[in-house]
Amino acid sequence: MNEQLQLDFNKIIKTLKISEKEIQLKKSFLKKFIQNGFPNRKQEDWKFLDISQIIKKNIGDLSFFNDYSLPNKIDTSIFVNGLEHNKIIFINGRIEKIDFNYEDKNQIEINDEIGKNITFDTENSLIDLNNAFTNKVFKILIKKNYSLKKPLIIYHSINDKIKSKNVNLSLNFELEENSCLRLIDYFSDNAEKNFLNILYNFNLKKYSILKNYKLDKFRNNNLKYSFNNIEQDDNSISETFILSAGSDYLKNEVNCNLNGEYSSAFVNGIFSLNENQQHEIRSTINHLVENTKSYQLIKSVLGKNSKSAYQGRIFVDSKAQKTDGYQLSKAILLDETSEFNAKPELEIYADDVKCSHGSASGSLNEDSIFYLMSRGLNYQQSKELLINGFLLDVVEKITDPEIRNLIKNIIELKE
Amino acid sequence: MDTREKDIEKLKDYKYGFTTDIENIKAPKGLNEDVIKFISNIKKEPKWMLDFRLKAYERLKILKEPNWQKPKYPKIDYQDLYYYSAPKSMKDKPKSLDELDPKLLETYKKLGIPLQEQARLNGIAVDAVFDSVSVATTFKGELTKHGIIFCSMSEAIQKHPELVKKYLGTVIPVTDHFFATLNSAVFTDGSFVYIPEGVKCPMELSTYFRINASETGQFERTLIIADKGSYVSYLEGCTAPMRDENQLHAANVELIALDDAEIKYSTVQNWYPGDENGKGGIYNFVTKRGLCKGKNSKISWTQVETGSAITWKYPSCILKGDNSIGEFYSIAITNNHQKADTGTKMIHLGKNTKSKIISKGISAGFSDMTYRGLVDINSKAKNSSNYTQCDSLLMGNKCGAHTVPYIKNKNFDSNIAHEATTSKISEEQLHYCQQRGLNPEEAVGLIVNGFCKEVLQQLPMEFAVEAQKLVGISLEGSVG
Repeated sequence: MNEQLQLDFNKIIKTLKISEKEIQLKKSFLKKFIQNGFPNRKQEDWKFLDISQIIKKNIGDLSFFNDYSLPNKIDTSIFVNGLEHNKIIFINGRIEKIDFNYEDKNQIEINDEIGKNITFDTENSLIDLNNAFTNKVFKILIKKNYSLKKPLIIYHSINDKIKSKNVNLSLNFELEENSCLRLIDYFSDNAEKNFLNILYNFNLKKYSILKNYKLDKFRNNNLKYSFNNIEQDDNSISETFILSAGSDYLKNEVNCNLNGEYSSAFVNGIFSLNENQQHEIRSTINHLVENTKSYQLIKSVLGKNSKSAYQGRIFVDSKAQKTDGYQLSKAILLDETSEFNAKPELEIYADDVKCSHGSASGSLNEDSIFYLMSRGLNYQQSKELLINGFLLDVVEKITDPEIRNLIKNIIELKE
Repeated sequence: MDTREKDIEKLKDYKYGFTTDIENIKAPKGLNEDVIKFISNIKKEPKWMLDFRLKAYERLKILKEPNWQKPKYPKIDYQDLYYYSAPKSMKDKPKSLDELDPKLLETYKKLGIPLQEQARLNGIAVDAVFDSVSVATTFKGELTKHGIIFCSMSEAIQKHPELVKKYLGTVIPVTDHFFATLNSAVFTDGSFVYIPEGVKCPMELSTYFRINASETGQFERTLIIADKGSYVSYLEGCTAPMRDENQLHAANVELIALDDAEIKYSTVQNWYPGDENGKGGIYNFVTKRGLCKGKNSKISWTQVETGSAITWKYPSCILKGDNSIGEFYSIAITNNHQKADTGTKMIHLGKNTKSKIISKGISAGFSDMTYRGLVDINSKAKNSSNYTQCDSLLMGNKCGAHTVPYIKNKNFDSNIAHEATTSKISEEQLHYCQQRGLNPEEAVGLIVNGFCKEVLQQLPMEFAVEAQKLVGISLEGSVG
């Protein structure tokens, strides 16, 4: 694999118009990735689902070069109906279109900051891989006091031109004081056996609000990894909703640093999995100052041969008194081959805090099914109704009514 | 105050801080095949036992010390430890208590457990472990009447080789993790219990552990077998003299419950935790594991952990038999610079297996406490269930409390429920108690005892009283 990496990397460098210094930087990331390779189960964060094994089994040999010199045709049929929205369209990792038609152009700034790679303290070889191979890093800045009128949908689509490819992309957002962004990540896959690696960074200034909805709904044979880093200033709010249902493998990581007082973070997620799917959510909420709040709710419905994992970590610094942290994960196992793993973790260094977590897993309650059947529903209907209610609970947590309805329609949930 | 006075002051702080001066036989320093042969030889062990040790030692050579735990400690030089030391008077084994070295008896008196008295008054058979060799076993007559074997490990190897051979290393194999394997290679002594079929052990069996002699790692090995339909309750309590040098304690405890048998294992651990600056103290790296081998068997662990500089242990249950039950009740208290990383593992393999985990952690001062647990329900463990509750109490913002549960559910018929909370003692509760005339320290003691009640009531009577006092003592000076 390493030869392939080096080869593909050299090809990419040729197509990029970047300075020698930036090339050196990219080389250092590549070197780090080659040293560590894909993460495996020996690393604590990858204990439940081993990405290196999954790539080996599902894809085999990956190649890393994507030709970004030619534009791809945009397939308009993938667009979301019934909701007016701004668009950013990625096809095979190439940014094809940025369209903020509904907005005041003076209030949004977009720049390619390829030289400024997004780096974190954490050891994560997938971030190194991303930094080595991304061809563009757009920074999107929402100016002070501006709220986007319409939500922004980022389309991640791949077409049949690629197979067994690794696609890396990253975006950097800054929300200035008192601004607001609603962001939907929408996946549309017309190819199979590729590995998508997505890296987002969000910088939330005072009183700003970020709502990020990640929708992986349609069944496909790709593997995906997404990392969200969120930095939050005073009184800012971040809301993340994850629908994890389509891909063969999907791991969503959310790392949230509550740096400002009265900031709060919400992470909600749904796993709805079936045949051979393995999905994971890993969240880390760092409460670093006083009076911060976090809330997490993750629910899984697991069918045949599927596996979900939830690793949630609440960290409370010794300075972060009056922290309010809550975490709940629930799973319904529908088949004897389904599996649920959880590691809800609390790491607390301050005494005046309110932190708790809960986790429950098991099969559907037979008594409830009996109750519904005694009222005339058949077994299948009763089961569906119970699952519907179980998942609706999470969708109801979505604060934006427009998007909540959209998601309800996408998941086909009834009220 | 001159240094001598200071030293005396320090000794006063730790009630059990004293050393008994007894000449020791020591194996040469270091860990190698010769030392293992020396240990085996001095204990007149049969060849299969030596082979067992050497096999473990072979394995140990390729094993690495684990380092994933939260509390870090300075590197231990295993070549700089003594692996065997025994009181000299042991050469000719005493036949009764009266024949014991008076100095030994004196030591136990200071600890508040005069053997004869306690044995007579409480009806407890005491197998006292002084350093590494058991020196006295009482109430043998009564136990023999029921066919119960309660003796030291060395004696069991001599007298009941068929039982030891059959069960030793079946729950903790010689190829297990580093510390367990180290123990398999160099263990010196410990307790052996066998309860025959259908026998309810008429009294609580108890062992007092005692660490003596500087620079001696203590490697105990305990094996308890409850045959079909039997019941036993076993108590283990520990205190240790004060030391500046850190001492390693890597014991192995194996429990085996056959069909319809029940084992209840209770521990009160109050080893020297180091002084208030975090200097000294015992490293308690113990491997405890129980196997519910037969159907309808039950193993229950109860622990009160207040001592040791570092406590790192996970008493576990492997629920192999159908309908078997595993329980874990724990109170862990850390103060000053103590650190603990403790919890349990419940491995469900059989059908209809049930487990329950209640863990209460209290941290004060500069201490750090971690609950780490695993609940693993195998795909064959149909209709199993687990309930876990871990609560942490923090006193001050210099300490830490962490919860790291691993939950794996591979069976759709089974249920796992997990709850955890972290909080501090509420001002209202404190105010209420103080209003009624308690001073702040008493009030905290009362509230903490209430917090721990669920676990304390699992302890046998004799222990419960002692443990309750211990909870109070451990938190002294943490209020205000």
